[in-house]
Amino acid sequence: MASLNPVNYGTPRRSSDTQITLEIDGQSVTVPQGTSVMRAAIESGIEVPKLCASDMLEPFGSCRLCLVEIEGRKGYPASCTTEVSEGMQVATQTDKLNQIRRGVVELYLSDHPGESLTPEGHGDDELLELADRLDVTEVRYNKGRNHQLATVDGSNPYFDFDASRCIVCSRCVRACNEVQGTFALTVDGRGFASMISAGTDDDNFLSSECVSCGACIQACPTEALIEKDVVEMGMPERSVTTTCAYCGVGCSFNAELKGDEVVRMVPAKQGKANQGHSCVKGRFAWGYTNHPDRITKPMVRDKITDPWREVSWDEAIAFSVDKINGIREQYGSGALGAITSSRCTNEETFLVQKLARAVFNTNNVDTCARVCHSPTGYGLNSTFGTSAGTQDFVSVEKCDVILVIGANPTDAHPVFGSQMKRRLRQGARLIVCDPRAIDLVRSPHVQADYHLQLRPGTNVALVNSMAHTILSEGLENRVFVEERCDMDEYDGWREFILRDENSPENTEQYTGVPASMVREAARLYATGGNGAIYYGLGVTEHSQGSTMVMGMANIAMATGNIGRPGMGVNPLRGQNNVQGSCDMGSFPHELPGYRHVSDQNVRDIFEKEWGVTIGSEPGLRIPNMIDAATAGTFKGLYVQGEDILQSDPNIKHIAAGLAAMECVIIQDIFLNETASYAHVFLPGSTFLEKDGTFTNAERRINRVRKIQTAPAGYADWEITQLLAQALGYPMNYSHPSEIMDEIARTTPTFKGVSFDKIDALGSVQWPCNDDNPEGTPVMHVDTFVRGKGKFMLTPFVPTEERANRKFPLLLTTGRILSQYNVGAQTRRTANRLWHAEDWLEVHPSDAEMRGIKDGTLVAVASRMGETTLRAKVSERMTPGVVYTTFHFPETAANVVTTEFSDWATECPEYKVTAVEVRPCNTMSEWQRRYIDTREKQQQIESEQSVRDPDSVAAGFDAGDKEWEPAE
Amino acid sequence: MENDKMVRQANQIAQYFSVYPQARAEEGVHGHIRKFWEPRIRTQLIEYVAAGGNGLHELVHTAVDSLRDEPSSGGESGDPAAQQEIGRRAT
Ligand code: SF4
Ligand code: SF4
Ligand code: FES
Repeated sequence: MASLNPVNYGTPRRSSDTQITLEIDGQSVTVPQGTSVMRAAIESGIEVPKLCASDMLEPFGSCRLCLVEIEGRKGYPASCTTEVSEGMQVATQTDKLNQIRRGVVELYLSDHPGESLTPEGHGDDELLELADRLDVTEVRYNKGRNHQLATVDGSNPYFDFDASRCIVCSRCVRACNEVQGTFALTVDGRGFASMISAGTDDDNFLSSECVSCGACIQACPTEALIEKDVVEMGMPERSVTTTCAYCGVGCSFNAELKGDEVVRMVPAKQGKANQGHSCVKGRFAWGYTNHPDRITKPMVRDKITDPWREVSWDEAIAFSVDKINGIREQYGSGALGAITSSRCTNEETFLVQKLARAVFNTNNVDTCARVCHSPTGYGLNSTFGTSAGTQDFVSVEKCDVILVIGANPTDAHPVFGSQMKRRLRQGARLIVCDPRAIDLVRSPHVQADYHLQLRPGTNVALVNSMAHTILSEGLENRVFVEERCDMDEYDGWREFILRDENSPENTEQYTGVPASMVREAARLYATGGNGAIYYGLGVTEHSQGSTMVMGMANIAMATGNIGRPGMGVNPLRGQNNVQGSCDMGSFPHELPGYRHVSDQNVRDIFEKEWGVTIGSEPGLRIPNMIDAATAGTFKGLYVQGEDILQSDPNIKHIAAGLAAMECVIIQDIFLNETASYAHVFLPGSTFLEKDGTFTNAERRINRVRKIQTAPAGYADWEITQLLAQALGYPMNYSHPSEIMDEIARTTPTFKGVSFDKIDALGSVQWPCNDDNPEGTPVMHVDTFVRGKGKFMLTPFVPTEERANRKFPLLLTTGRILSQYNVGAQTRRTANRLWHAEDWLEVHPSDAEMRGIKDGTLVAVASRMGETTLRAKVSERMTPGVVYTTFHFPETAANVVTTEFSDWATECPEYKVTAVEVRPCNTMSEWQRRYIDTREKQQQIESEQSVRDPDSVAAGFDAGDKEWEPAE
Repeated sequence: MENDKMVRQANQIAQYFSVYPQARAEEGVHGHIRKFWEPRIRTQLIEYVAAGGNGLHELVHTAVDSLRDEPSSGGESGDPAAQQEIGRRAT
């Protein structure tokens, strides 16, 4: 149990229109119907002893500590399982009750070591605390009756399980089932012999189904389940609330500290995105912040083949300024550009685009959302009028039908995945559209009603056929459409969709999904009650990504599934601040708040605020910058917190473009892959080292709070400011809150946002303005942002990337739970234990045909390039499709991905590459060269470590530049 | 960017809008390129058309007719000439 967490109310909050008044210990208390007596008492400040109850879990009633006396009732009912009723009179403290409770505590203590694991007091143990409070000083039973000799299961790198401290209250089992939805734990045996067990008899925590979410540790009332760091460092003393820096769920955490050192990160119950839950990344994988590979001094070099020279901040900034001014003089502002980061705060991102626009005087600014969710921006803006998910996460609790398209929430957005699974266990129906059998298709107590296992690249054909079914079978919500949508556009769309080419019977030839299944799924979505669409990069990273986003928006409008809780179209954003970086004007054609640079009125606002003239022409996108660099017209790039060499498609081309630039400035926490081509390295800060805000996938602006100082001394916004000042621009913020004030002054959707407000409310969802001073959980309620909803036509254009004789398989990419994107952070944590290299998943029939077994080293070749990695034979794939993750630079999936991209936004088509796979015992030529270049171009004159051998892909022998042969 | 790539990207845009009636399709392609393509790439497209425009979708040709007629409205350095200069170097 996390002792620094706020009050544990014992049972979950209930909501009801009916209020019940009762009397507890003579005090009158009013609560919603359905509330437990325990919760009613604790809410009014009356402490009730408890061990098996937690407000994150349904009541269980096993420990018998929370007994109360109720006037007119016999015996001593458990207050956690007893609901309040009108006029009830309850006593929580009587001699008899205390006597029973003391007996219970004594019994528990008889099979417990009796003292805390940590040196201080009760440590994290509620049982010891209770014993103290109830004055239980001696135990009359024999000690050590059952479990005192049990060994500690320390297999998990982050926490221990010590059965000698377990009181079998089942809180962990219930947390794993109810909160996380993994069902990894069971109670083995009966009576005093009973024991908590992970997986089967032969399993330990590490080998079991456990996904290390931490819910059970938080639930455990004793120290049976406890973080290793707490055992080592002792109990934390204070806590600071902040926001996870990994995925777009944006979980709130209490960073619990001892002195100035973080002991553990505990998910905050008051966090509106995560409601007290977490995943392994946010909860445990934050150790990279103190990793020896952190670069702690600025570095410069004249040529990318020179070793890095550590210098002072002054020298590094002066060096950069010289280069930037030189490029500007010789080639003009158009030869300069910047890339903002979705891992940095809103304030930092805002400053980088401001630096580009106001100081470099160019609109050449882009962000990594280019390669993930740019089609979301285009598609939702065209149809609804703004580029954002329509709902908050809790909206899923009101869903009746959930449509998951090209997303894998249990791996990539785990905390929301758990919320979704909870709703599914309550009976919501599920349709999954994915080439791969993701966990949601079948996992404990969850099974998709339909898995439309389409061929990669055919999303649009599929969504059109669903729309066709809806219209041809008369399932649309005509009233909604007439009231809320532009009817001319609707009529055009209707005519288009009803064409034969869009019927499920016709599209089956492309998608491979049986027409009858499409029809059934479409009927379910249209008529099954509240229907909500959740989607991810499996939608956007296609040559028709933007078309698909519009296709989904169309069916949501046609069925009236928008504007209320339980519905909507929801992008699951990849990185923690993708939403924010897009909101903050990171795109080359848009100023903050998604307003085109050609709009003079908008430019006026910023020109006045910044005292400069802003260009009215769109700037270069990331791929354009690279193209322009190879063409010789783009020369200088400032990159904050991104690793385009690893994350962007066609690595060879990116490398050539970077090599052609005269000055590449990288600001990051580690010497990343892109830094092989850089001239200046500015050491940045992690989320623990700065103040600011992140905006999650539900438009929720959450605070990030500084807990420690960056080893090189500056937060990222301060570094950008140093650069701007040295370039002669007056940028003088003393705190990120002042940057947010500027955002609010210039951007209507942020008008009401301030640090003070976020601190007061916990978080706020934009739009936050005069009409919605506390923010907007659900968008497009009465009208769409653009006025009338606009149906867009969605012609299916098959991608040019097709399987053929030479490359007969389709490769698609994704990520897994324990690693995160380019892996720079997670590879430097114990998360490696779960995923120490990228694998190529191959269907058994494709594998057999090619003589591939589990663990075989295979070469994956496309017309772009070739790379070698290890194969995993997996039924999850459909025959003809292979899958890999892209977390390790040594395997670099992006050497094979193509230059094809979304027609509207140039978002790369990562999800479809035609490849051939063959067994192979050696690293590809390209890999060898890549590693070679990296070694040469990442040398530092000092002894500074760059790449802990543990952070490279397993099986990769850095000395021989070779893979270890298959076992 | 390489001409092949530019042609493919322009054609992808045309292919999307071609599903709309002619006038709207023309406006769609022109509007999209105007709104999202940086002046250097627009210049490259205009020059490519001037050199024959091989392989371009009909709608792109029409769009380029309109693009050619409108000066780039300032932009980056606020100096169209400077941009044109950069644009020239690009090809
Ligand atoms: S850490 Fe999470 S998944 Fe693992 S046993 Fe505990 S609750 Fe279950
Ligand atoms: S990675 Fe995502 S789901 Fe996991 S703790 Fe962080 S924000 Fe939450
Ligand atoms: S807390 Fe009520 S029975 Fe355990």
